[in-house]
Amino acid sequence: MEQANMEHAEDHGLHMTPEQEYSSSKLGMWLFLGTEIMLFGGLFAAYAIFRAKYPEMFAESHEELNREMGAINTCILIFSSLTMAIAVTAIQRGKQMMAGLLIVVTILCGLGFGVVKYFEYGAKFAHHIYPDTNIFFSLYYLMTGLHMLHVFIGLGILAVIAVLTFKGKFNENYSTPVELGGLYWHLVDLIWIYLFPLLYLIH
Amino acid sequence: MSEHTHSGEKHISSYTSYFIVWIVLMILTAITVYVSYLDFGQLNIVIAMIVASIKAGAVALFFMHLKFEDSITWLFALFPLGLLFLLIGMTILDTFTRIFL
Repeated sequence: MEQANMEHAEDHGLHMTPEQEYSSSKLGMWLFLGTEIMLFGGLFAAYAIFRAKYPEMFAESHEELNREMGAINTCILIFSSLTMAIAVTAIQRGKQMMAGLLIVVTILCGLGFGVVKYFEYGAKFAHHIYPDTNIFFSLYYLMTGLHMLHVFIGLGILAVIAVLTFKGKFNENYSTPVELGGLYWHLVDLIWIYLFPLLYLIH
Repeated sequence: MSEHTHSGEKHISSYTSYFIVWIVLMILTAITVYVSYLDFGQLNIVIAMIVASIKAGAVALFFMHLKFEDSITWLFALFPLGLLFLLIGMTILDTFTRIFL
């Protein structure tokens, strides 16, 4: 039965139903998110090793980080995930204006996250704390920096999606790019959920 | 599932459900910050990671719709986690058993 279906699909070459297109796009996105997790995974492994080897250095160095700013950024990112999730539901219900505005709110949250991080990095530099200060700050700059890069990429993707949403390209029948952009944005939030306690809240 | 879309079986989450998930995430964030001020010794990091994983699970299941996806998507989502455990687990195992050589 499956064999017959596959042959049938091959006969038709590139033809796909919208449902197939939708589910394979989403599957591809999840596969990509898997590679992203592995990318950060290497850094988390390095973190685990060095923290176990130098617990005092990690505990001392993390005192330099501003946990209030870290907590504020956590709240900003989680809120932006909420607005993005609601934007997806809105477009799936055909509410283009509402979805577009919610994506703009998500973008503003992402920019707010960047501004807070800019002040944090600035304060570290003012105290002459650089990536070569010690292994904790090497990992701090690398992990938050790579995460920040993902925030910026996410902002670029969301900006394009916001414009297309306002242009009316998406509706209740077709909202795949909005959903995929949302998945990427949630992954950025997901990684920060681990970075925050690991870097800012060491006891 | 009262909403009907072109694809028919596509699940659309309600605004309310997202707000509930958001409130849960905020409460868990508050717990993480609060616990970091208490001294449980080695347990601090364990508690922090458990709470973070519950938060990550909530984000994946509801915000990322994983709860409503088919089994192949679940496989794609969980397989990297298996690799991640291998990567981190094996690296730790390697690094901290070298003293026995």
